[in-house]
Amino acid sequence: MEYKTLTELSKELTTKKISSVELTQFFLERIKSFDKKLNSFITVTEDHALQMAKQADEQRAKGEAGRLTGIPFAQKDIFCTRGIKTTCGSKILDNFISPYDATVVKRFNDAGAVLLGKTNMDEFAMGSSNENSYYGPVKNPWDLERVPGGSSGGSAAAVAAYLTPGATGTDTGGSIRQPAALCGISGIKPTYGRVSRYGMIAFASSLDQGGPMARTAEDLALLLQTMSGFDEHDSTSVDKPVPDYLKTLNDPIKGLRIGLPKEFFNQGLDSEISKIIHDAVREYEKLGATVKEISLPNTELSIPAYYVIAPAECSSNLARFDGVRYGYRCDNPKDLEDLYKRSRSEGFGNEVKRRIMIGTYALSAGYYDAYYLKAQKIRGLIRDDFMKAFNEVDVILGPTSPTPAFKLGEKMNDPVSMYLSDIYTIAVNLAGLPAMSIPAGFTKGLPIGMHLIGNLFDEERLLKVAHNYQKVTDWHTKIPEGF
Amino acid sequence: MEWETVIGLEVHTQLLTKSKLFSGASTAFGADPNTQACAIDLGFPGVLPVLNGEVVRMAIKLGLGINAQIEARSIFARKNYFYPDLPKGYQISQYELPVVSRGFLDILLEDGTSKRINITRAHLEEDAGKSLHEDFQDQSGIDLNRAGTPLLEIVSEPDMRSAKEAIAYLKTLHSLVVYLGICDGNMQEGSFRCDANVSVRRRGETKFGTRTELKNINSFRFIERAINYEVERQIALIENGEKVLQETRLYDPNKNETRSMRSKEEANDYRYFPDPDLLPLVISQDLIESVRHELPELPQQKRQRFMDQYGLSAYDAGVLVASRELANFFETTVKASGNQPKLAANWVMGELSAALNKSNLEITDSPVNAEQLGKLVLRIHDNTISGKIAKTIFEALWNKEGDVDDIIEKRGLKQVTDTSAIEVLIDKIIAANPQQVADYRSGKDKLFGFFVGQAMKESGGKMNPQQLNDILKKKLSG
Repeated sequence: MEYKTLTELSKELTTKKISSVELTQFFLERIKSFDKKLNSFITVTEDHALQMAKQADEQRAKGEAGRLTGIPFAQKDIFCTRGIKTTCGSKILDNFISPYDATVVKRFNDAGAVLLGKTNMDEFAMGSSNENSYYGPVKNPWDLERVPGGSSGGSAAAVAAYLTPGATGTDTGGSIRQPAALCGISGIKPTYGRVSRYGMIAFASSLDQGGPMARTAEDLALLLQTMSGFDEHDSTSVDKPVPDYLKTLNDPIKGLRIGLPKEFFNQGLDSEISKIIHDAVREYEKLGATVKEISLPNTELSIPAYYVIAPAECSSNLARFDGVRYGYRCDNPKDLEDLYKRSRSEGFGNEVKRRIMIGTYALSAGYYDAYYLKAQKIRGLIRDDFMKAFNEVDVILGPTSPTPAFKLGEKMNDPVSMYLSDIYTIAVNLAGLPAMSIPAGFTKGLPIGMHLIGNLFDEERLLKVAHNYQKVTDWHTKIPEGF
Repeated sequence: MEWETVIGLEVHTQLLTKSKLFSGASTAFGADPNTQACAIDLGFPGVLPVLNGEVVRMAIKLGLGINAQIEARSIFARKNYFYPDLPKGYQISQYELPVVSRGFLDILLEDGTSKRINITRAHLEEDAGKSLHEDFQDQSGIDLNRAGTPLLEIVSEPDMRSAKEAIAYLKTLHSLVVYLGICDGNMQEGSFRCDANVSVRRRGETKFGTRTELKNINSFRFIERAINYEVERQIALIENGEKVLQETRLYDPNKNETRSMRSKEEANDYRYFPDPDLLPLVISQDLIESVRHELPELPQQKRQRFMDQYGLSAYDAGVLVASRELANFFETTVKASGNQPKLAANWVMGELSAALNKSNLEITDSPVNAEQLGKLVLRIHDNTISGKIAKTIFEALWNKEGDVDDIIEKRGLKQVTDTSAIEVLIDKIIAANPQQVADYRSGKDKLFGFFVGQAMKESGGKMNPQQLNDILKKKLSG
């Protein structure tokens, strides 16, 4: 079988060229064959998947199938799945079986998608390399000595190696886009509030947003359609109609105004990547887009602001993992304090502990104004930069990551250098904007991602812009050797 | 040395909602442990809070009831600390921007004057669960049924100057929240809990002394005792040249003392910050107006009306409006009495209240209903019976011996108002007591009471007192 996109598989199921059970078996086989190399899944739900596939085929026989009915799919292990282990990449949740489904999971289940399993991730979505997982690092299928990016590295690697046609990711500071870029696939982080966060284990609540990862923008449109929309269980989800993303996907982009932020093309950016992005810009010009340089002057403040806000929120969000009600509990606690200290010390990994400590400090009496409030003000400035830019342009284009996939272990002892790999993506989360990464070329055999940033709730345009590019290029069709 | 006490109160009222502040779980009291806690209350991974809209209406009601500012925009914040009965590791509360601010309550003092107590703020927050330290053999049990129950914390200014004022304020507030229907007021079950901030200073001093906070005292009586104990403790410390430490103290009702719980230094740094899972609470003027239309007549309005409409004193009106049930009872009594509000008030506050107190009954459990009491008042007013006989009838009513008129009829308690009958009786008494008559006529006015007594005794108390007085006076002056 060829490496078909999720959209193509959906058509094959519709025309009954293949059944969901056959398709599910195909992907389960691939997971069995290849995931030993990649470690992209924490849990593979084989029996459950085959049962769901069977139901999907029955539904189709009754003529009740939708576009995702019977499509094999993977969920990042940050989404709660009822009756299925949900670890968030952490030892502290290694024994946690969720009693309920996240809204995103429920929507995919209702759409008839078949859950293949739960993908690996940086612990509590904290990391840019997937090396912070209790379940071991994920390898990049383009070079097994390199990282897939993070935190949705398992989903990215699994899609890139075609172990699943699509998966969910979550993006707090770039965790969908950066691994999508490093693994050569497409991923979209929707506008904050577009996709429900209910049942998505919180890292930094004001920044977290779930989104789909797949081979093409067309696949993303289909998946995002299913994920999006108001959820009464999430007060921050926005009650705004979801447009039909597929309907406008093929509309031409003549006259599209593209902005290139000069801050995204300065020192620190790999020159090869710069060239690849400028090649992509020329493709857009050929399609009738106009291009101009813009400025996002506060970009460099985004990393310090982010590394106050995200840890502050995480220090509070992760307080519930205390060994009292569920999850890991230390052996023989001698009293309450010992129970807390050892359960959390033994249950959390280093990066999580580092951020809890930074966040606790930033929120402490006497420091709150200097750190948290100041960071919130910077957040406002960054948002203003974008809003000003969107008065002049329709989308902002740049590189997703300053470098291609780096070597495993390369940055583990240098957290600041690791944090800098999210320099282009973080500002987008601080501003709550939608953005995506799509494959735009290769350097030394490693994929490079192009970053497209849209205005609030402008996912429709982003998907169209990406799809137009993918119609005239073939970077997104590449499959790593050996898979 | 004269000392002045300064008291500020924080009252936690449990709001009378069916479901919790941020989840759909039930708030009913007394269920088996952990049967009324859903994934949200248990702080499961991934769950999110959604504000219960009914709670907002209740907060607005309170705001209107205390003449406060209802904020167009308020913020939920997280108060972070670790405790096993706090499932998320933080309590969702309101910190910098509460839903209600700058209100007041006028309280009635024992001398009949009223005093204004300012209320700094009222904010919404969720309750924690309960730790159970008994029955678990060196371990503690956790019951999370209460976790997430909505509370409205009402914080006063340090405007009270004695334990009595504090109690008057608490009773006024208690009656208000019960009137408003936002709290059941049940102190035993913890629906109305109070923390008291207490300090003392020398009279004339403008700066406040160091305060201590007395925690979670669950009856009016204990609050008064705890404050009084604490005031004496603080005065003794200062008079001995020691200092009052800023700390939280726990009142022990069994020993009637307060004990240190934690000092200011040991206090948690709660690391408050706005809860990113919740949007700012926005309250429109329209919503406030719609809630205003639902408001019942409030105790203070009712008190004023009782004064205006019934001519009652401020004190009497204040007592009668203390609970909605008592006020309703009174008004029904007045109606049945042929509009004799003052007499009705005397009976409700006097004979009836005393009898209820003695039997430890609430007004709603009164064996004498308002219609019967009103009729009794009517019969006093229309001279069918005397006030003294009325007490006998009241006892009969209390013992459920029947209707007022039946009792009067059956027992022959009807007042004697026939002038000739009274004259015959008085003539008899005058004839039988010549010495007293002579003494009276020679100026011993006090003996008048003796003749009244004799007459009443002869008539079995049924004589109309006014008529008796008139006729007796005439006859004695001879």
